[in-house]
Parts: sequence; structure tokens; C-alpha cells
Amino acid sequence: MKGLVALTKALADGATSSVETTKALLQKPDLVGAFLLRDDAGALAAAKASDERRARGAALGPLDGVSVALKDNILTEGVVTTAGSKLLAGFVPPYDATVTTRLKAAGAVLLGKTNLDEFGMGSSTENSAFQQTKNPFDLTRTPGGSSGGSAAAVAAGLCAGALGTDTGGSIRQPAAFTGLVGLKPTYGRVSRAGVVAYASSLDQVGPLARSVEDVALLLEAIEGFDAADSTSSDVAKTAWREGLRSGVKGLRVGLPKELFVDGMDPEIDASVRAAARRLEALGAHVVELSLPHTKYALATYYVIAPCEASSNLGRYDGVRYGHRAKDVKALKDLYEKSRSEGLGPEVKRRIMLGTFALSAGYHDAYYVKAQQVRTLIRRDYEAAFASVDVVLSATSPVLPWRLGEKLDDPLAMYLMDVLTLPCNLAGLPGLSMPCGQSKAGLPIGLQLLGRPFDEATLLRAAHALEADLNLSLEPR
Amino acid sequence: MKLTEQQVRHVARLARLALSPEELVTYREQLSAVLDAVDALAQVDTTGVVPTSVVGASTPHLRADVPHGEVGVKVALANAPQVDGTSFAIPRVIE
Amino acid sequence: MPRADFQVVIGLEVHAQLLTSTKLFSGASTSFGGDPNAHTSIVCLGLPGVLPVLNQRAVELALSAGHALECTIAERSEWSRKHYFYPDLPKGYQITQYEFPICLGGRVVFDGPEGEKTVRLTRIHMEEDAGKLVHQGAVSLVDLNRAGTPLLEIVSEPELRSADDAVEYLKALRDVLVWVGVNDGNLEEGSFRCDANVSVMRHGATTFGTRCELKNLNSFRFIKQAIEIEASRQVELLEGGGKVEQETRLFDPQRGETRSMRSKEDAHDYRYFPDPDLPPLLLSKARIEQARQALPELPRARRRRYVEALGLPPYDAGVLTADRAMSELFERCLAEVGEAKPVSNWFMGELSRLLNETKTSVAEVKFTPTQFAAVLRAVKDGVVSGPGAKELFAELFATGKDPHAIIAEKGLAQVNDDGPLLEAIAQAMAEAPKNVESYRNGNTKIVGAFVGAVMKKLGGKGNPRRINELLVEKLKA
Repeated sequence: MKGLVALTKALADGATSSVETTKALLQKPDLVGAFLLRDDAGALAAAKASDERRARGAALGPLDGVSVALKDNILTEGVVTTAGSKLLAGFVPPYDATVTTRLKAAGAVLLGKTNLDEFGMGSSTENSAFQQTKNPFDLTRTPGGSSGGSAAAVAAGLCAGALGTDTGGSIRQPAAFTGLVGLKPTYGRVSRAGVVAYASSLDQVGPLARSVEDVALLLEAIEGFDAADSTSSDVAKTAWREGLRSGVKGLRVGLPKELFVDGMDPEIDASVRAAARRLEALGAHVVELSLPHTKYALATYYVIAPCEASSNLGRYDGVRYGHRAKDVKALKDLYEKSRSEGLGPEVKRRIMLGTFALSAGYHDAYYVKAQQVRTLIRRDYEAAFASVDVVLSATSPVLPWRLGEKLDDPLAMYLMDVLTLPCNLAGLPGLSMPCGQSKAGLPIGLQLLGRPFDEATLLRAAHALEADLNLSLEPR
Repeated sequence: MKLTEQQVRHVARLARLALSPEELVTYREQLSAVLDAVDALAQVDTTGVVPTSVVGASTPHLRADVPHGEVGVKVALANAPQVDGTSFAIPRVIE
Repeated sequence: MPRADFQVVIGLEVHAQLLTSTKLFSGASTSFGGDPNAHTSIVCLGLPGVLPVLNQRAVELALSAGHALECTIAERSEWSRKHYFYPDLPKGYQITQYEFPICLGGRVVFDGPEGEKTVRLTRIHMEEDAGKLVHQGAVSLVDLNRAGTPLLEIVSEPELRSADDAVEYLKALRDVLVWVGVNDGNLEEGSFRCDANVSVMRHGATTFGTRCELKNLNSFRFIKQAIEIEASRQVELLEGGGKVEQETRLFDPQRGETRSMRSKEDAHDYRYFPDPDLPPLLLSKARIEQARQALPELPRARRRRYVEALGLPPYDAGVLTADRAMSELFERCLAEVGEAKPVSNWFMGELSRLLNETKTSVAEVKFTPTQFAAVLRAVKDGVVSGPGAKELFAELFATGKDPHAIIAEKGLAQVNDDGPLLEAIAQAMAEAPKNVESYRNGNTKIVGAFVGAVMKKLGGKGNPRRINELLVEKLKA
């Protein structure tokens, strides 16, 4: 399977056609359970249209004819979008998310919708109401989550690239678990319009792909101001790929001691530190630093995200769309039965947690307090970025775990997000890239965090490291 | 903190979730465990710290007051579980 | 204990719909009518993934209202979510302003029976309206046409002390909002709604009693009734040794009572928090000042100016400022004419009569202020007679034609030249020698008959004053 950039080139050279590659991808069996829906008809029509544009010599988009998959919390007009929830089974959106529109405008062929933890709530994609997604590197293990379907689809060679969403690590952790590059852009860089909201102040859409350059290409297609999203920032679009090859000479890299946590897998620790030494060898200055409030990130996140989720999910009431319980006679039953039948246990947990944290008597101790600590976490990073250009750590403290292993202990599952959460809380850009493999052949990912809107530096550093490590991680 | 059964019931009611007696027990334990972890926040001195509630753009972009984007009743009702005329229908609400 | 021992304390919360074309956070139309759910967008429907985008006009109107009511405008205000489940609330929360509203303080001035009164405002904030629920047989129907319509909530301090004052306050508030073009002032259609917080306390008490919130007050009459009935209820309750419970009560105009709305199963816990989809609204000092400068002269100030500077009777000043459009037309006509009283007389008299009779609104008036001034000049210069002027004005009102052309067309010009007047006088005197005799014998009253005869010969177009002068001269000779 070629990457996005390679495929773009092959299409340009006439080595293949969009219809040919699209067909091949659609026919490939989905052994990892990555897709909830493959839109054969839509994808083939788009591929045909792309080939015709090319034949006509019409203007082509940067992704013309290239196959991309979307996480199923990204709305697609006329194509069922469920957010992994039974509550939205069969829901046909009447509009496209802004990122969907932008991918279409760039000429991309949208292959289908990928599996996820219900509403993005989870770290293993096991919270999907519909199916289990497996890690292509070991089918007994999780691909990570919540964008596990997108990650598995790209890693299994079922598409050239994919979009995910990241609220607390949901792009970066699955990317790390499946040997991919995944980017969570700065909050406000990519529009959230048409993306099923989980936690509005943390959610961000971003790409997962096989190389840094592929990720840059996808980012170019989806980023930029959107009048439909009031939190969207009016920053200029960037030609990301142009600066990729400038190297890391003089780059200041910080290793925060708080992100090298106790209980971290020693293979991961070793692999990440080795990568840091490679950066040093390439001319970067690597220093240790401290982000003192990091230890409160987990508590902060598990207040703020559930609070916002409890509010965002209030609209699923069975009145206008979505699941409605049968034979309800009273309003109370309409609400309680529809929601209880339609929502899964993890979603209910977070809704109740958030409802509690916002309720009278607890609002200040939990919600307000968490927002204050969030300010302190943000300040930690502001201070750090006064002396370094990127912050480097592992993406996940553990390797992909066995499916079913952590399902009974929500808190243990939450603890797995500890390294990725601060990035969302501070609104920073974060990138995960492969930096090695465990002895058992499981991918290991490292995380780079940058200043707000400085994705350029992240991509440049990642590209240099990628070239230097020259890994070729392929599922067995 | 440890939630009482009563608190869990109250929160479920506020969130319009119906819990079976078994669920009540399970959620009570799980939520209490998470809240115990979350209670670490109390250790942080946040005197005078401004809460961060919104990130991203500093003030919203304002929309001109020009009509656009009505979808029409057909689209509006397309996913509705029950329709009457051009309204969404629900079991009669008793006030 | 008699009722007179108690003092009623009232605070009012007004919800005024802002006169925008589209909703507060969506481009769907705010117009009335249409099938249920015809005026909905993906945002009004609360579909997954939709985000609010703030209407600029709504902000401008809120600024106007804030300035007109002398509020302090916040340079930073915040949007919050207020959570509750109800089928007419699509998102499960209402976007409103909670901790940091757009306007703080302010006041409403009105004329009570004992003269001018001022009631302070606590705050004004912006929020979105809910949809509508209609019950029909075994089902309830949800219509989201109104969902998301922009509202201003104007909250007064509990400073009102009678139902009459409450009504006067509301009328004055409505006048100002309508005057500055923020609201249409329609209580029946619900675009100007009021909830009243009512409590009673003994005279001389220093703390307020427990209050009840009254809902469903959709006319000034109902507001007065509801407050009086509720105050009596509370007094009776207290006199009987009971306690007032803080609650929301519905006014039932048919039964003439208020009743508890406690049927809502549980106490609300709105769980407010800042809406993460909407950054705070930041308004620069310059922007706020600019809005203040753009504010029109307000009705009370204008009324005072008409009396004090223009010397108009207070009654005239009141009529002329009852309606913004009328007042603006008066201003423009006044600018052309230069003298207030004659303009006022025409507005209070002929213009009001014609508007009423033809059911025309001021906005539809066809004449220009210049044309209006030409009519007044024609009267002053004696070009047309008094009755001629009325005919001229009526024609101008109906057609908007040039007044000089109307005078010529309808032959409304008076004969002012002595030549034809003297000729007609000579004829009239020749035809009635006895009357001439009678006049000369001292019956000077008979001059009236001569004026009539002369006027008849001139087809009613002679200048009556000149005819009189010349007649007297000739008769005396």
C-alpha cells in the first residue's frame, strides 16, 4: 500500500487510476473491523469523476483521486453517521462536516466511515456499539482509540490516509499503537463544524497517515478558518510540506520529567530516549524540563471532558432524530428509556460524572476548580516553550493491550491517557510518530508537542527523525 | 469522594438516564473511584487563577443578519422517529 | 390585620424579542407564520455537529437597548449554557448570558400618579428562545420555528411598589424599546413578555418577604390583575399565620387566580457553564461609544424639549412623541416650516384625522416635508383660504402631488386683487340698495350678508378679509 504522497504521484504519472486503486481498496477484506460503512457507490463515483477531471485536463485538487477514510463522528451528507452509538444507528446527516466538504473540494475519494469508541469516549475502540476493531499488528490487541478504526484502516492498508478526532489523545494514541503518524492540530486550526461533539473545548480533527509528509498533505486540505465554527482561528493557511526538510539543527527539545511516568513500559522508555538521542545527533539540543501541574492533568480532564459531554449529549432525546424507545407514554420515559437504551455504559458514566460535577453544590469544587487547574497547566507549557521549541515524550505509557483486558476498570483505562491529555487541555498541537517496535513486534510511538499554531516545527522535527530512523513498520 | 446511592439516582435523573438496581450499584462504585482520583484537584492552590473555559478564537466572528440555511420541513423531519403534519410528534406531555 | 398594613414589592423580568431577520445563532428566518418547522436550519434542529454563530445585528440591537436604558455596557460578556430537558429545547440547553451579561445597571423612568419615578435595572442579557409545544389528542407536537429567536431579558430591581406602577414601568420600557427599533412591543404575539416577582412585607419592614414568580402575563390588564391577586393571596396567607413558599405560579385570567406550577416533578438544577462553542463577546470602548452616539433622541427627552424649547402644550408633545415615525415626520416638517405650533396643529388635527380615516401608517405618508411646508406657506400668504387649505392638504395626502399644481388644478387660489373684488362689491351693492341704506343707518351687522353675496359672485374664492375691508370702505362712503 502506497502512502498519500506516493499515490498522488502515481496518479499524476498515470501509473494507476483513481478507479483502479479505489476498487482495489474496496475489495480488500476488512479483517481488522476498521470500517463501520464502506461507501462503495459513492467512492467509485468520486474516483470516476476524478479520473475524468484528470483526463480532461481540468484543475485538480491536492488530493485528487486519493482514497481517504473518515472517523464515523465526522458528518457526511447522505451517508449514515453514527458516532459509534446505537442511539444514532441509521442517522443520515443532511449536511457535510466542513472537513468533509474540504476533502471533497481537494478531490479526495471518501471510502467510508471508520469505527470508534462511542462519541469518541474511550482509548481502545471497544466502546463502539457496533463492532470490535483489531490492531493489524496483533489481532488480539486493541488498535487504541477512540480513532481506532481510522488507525486500523490506514495501518491495514485499507486506505491511504484517514481523519480522526482527538479530545484527549484519540488520534495520537491509536497512531502510536498502529505505527502511524497522527497529528492533533492546535485547537482552532481545523473546523469542528459537522463533527459530533464530545468535549467542545478539547475536540479537534486531525489526520492519521503513514508518513509525516502524508499528514502534512492532509492537514493542508482540511485546515483554515471556518465561519461556521466560532472557535475557529483566522490564521493563514500554510504550505506545510515546503518546510519539512529544513532539519533540526539548533532545535531545542525538552524532555519533561513528569511525562516519563512511573510504571511506564521499559521498552517504550528506552525507545523514546533513543529517539531523543538521534535528534541530538542531528543537531538538536535536548534538555530536561519540568511541567509541575502535569500530575493534575488526568483529574482536570476527567472533570472538564465529562462536564462538556454531559451537556453536548443532552440533544439525544429521541424527539427529532435518533433512537426512540418503543411504546413510551410519558415524557419522562421518552427521555430516560430512549437514552438508556441508546447509550453505552462508558457514555453513561461520563454523562453522570459531568452532570454531577456541574450540579448545585459541586460546581465550584469540580468544574470551576478544574478550569483553574487547566489554566495552570497551560501556563506550564507557556513557560516551557519560552526555553524549548518542542516537548518530547512517549505517546502512551503502555503497549497496545489485549482486547477486553481493561474493560472492567474504567479508571485504569483513563490512566492510559495520561501523556496525551495535557496537549488538549492546553490547546497545543501534538504529533505522534513511530519510533520503534517492541520485542513482540508492537509499534512504539513518541509524542511531540509544540507552541500553539506552530505545527511547522513539529512536522519538521518529525520528518527529520522519520528519515533518520528509517523504520518500516508493517503488520505481519 | 464516595457517592451515595441517592446521589447517583439524583444525577441519573438530572441526566435523564434510567438505571437498573444493578447498574446503580456498579455506577456508584465506578463513579466514586473516578471522583477519588479527581479529588487530587483539591490539593492545587488556585487562589486568584482565572478559569480557562474557552480556547481558540478570542472573540466570535459575527454573522451578518441575512437569512440563509433553512433546510425545509422535509429535511428537518427526515430522521424523526414520529411526525404529525410538519411537526415532530411525541407522546402527549402532561403539564 | 387590614391589607393597608402591607406593602407589595415587585420586580419584573421582561423578555423582548429582538427585531432581527434571522435567529441569534443561525441563519433561519425569525418571521412569523409558515408551516411548523419551516423556519429551521441544522442549528435550530440541534443536529449532531452543529455550532452556534452569533448574529451581528442582535448584538447591535442589544447595544442600542442598553444605551437607551442607560446601562453600563460590558466590554466582555460571556455565553453560558442553561440545561434542562424539554421537547421544545432542541439541544438540551439554552444559550444565554449568566455570569457576565452584556448590560449591567440602567434604569426605566416613567410617570406614576405622583409624578416621575425611576426604577433601576439589575441587568440586561441576550439569550435564545425555545420552540413551541402544541398538545393535540394523544400527542404533543414540536415546532421549532421560534427556537433560537433572539431575546433580551431585562431584569428590574425589586423597586416597584404597586401593580399600577408595574404597568407604567412596562409601558415606558416598551416605548423605549420600540422607539429605538429593538422590539415591536407586541404582548399578544409574545414578542414582549413579562414575568413578575411578587412579594409582600409589612410597612416599615426592612427585609423583603418570600417572592413568587408569576407567569403567563400577556396583557397589561392581566399583569395588573395578576399582581393584585397574588399580593392579596400572600397577605391572606400571612394574616392566617401561613408562610409564602418561593415558587413559580401561573396566572389564570379566566378564574382570576394564580396557581402553583409545582407539577414539574423535580427542582431544576440548570448546571450553567460557559459555552465552549462561543468565545466571550468582546466590545471595544470605541464600538460601545459609537453605538451610544448613534442612538436617537428618546421619547421622554424629546417631549421635554417640545414643551420647554418649542413651547408646545404638554398634551401636544405627548401625542407627537407617542410614535417614533410620527415624531420623526414632525421633526422633518418642523425643520422646513420653522415654527412649531402651526406644524403641531396640522399634525394633531388634519394629519391625524386623515391617517385614522384612511388607516394609513406614517411610513406610508406620500407627501414630503417640503410639500407640507408649501401648504402652510399658502395659508400664511393668503393664497388659499382656510377651507381651501384643508382641501389642498387632503389632496396632497391622497396623491403626493405638488401643492401648487393642486391649487391650480382644483382652482383653490383666492382672489386677492382689488379689481375683481371691487367689481363684485359694486354689483352686490347695486342689487341690494335697501341693505346699503340699512347699513348706513347703523345696522353694521348687515355687512355679513354683503360678504356672502360678494363671495358667491366670486365662486367662493375671494379673500374674505380683503372683501370685508373693501366692503366697509365702500359702504361707509
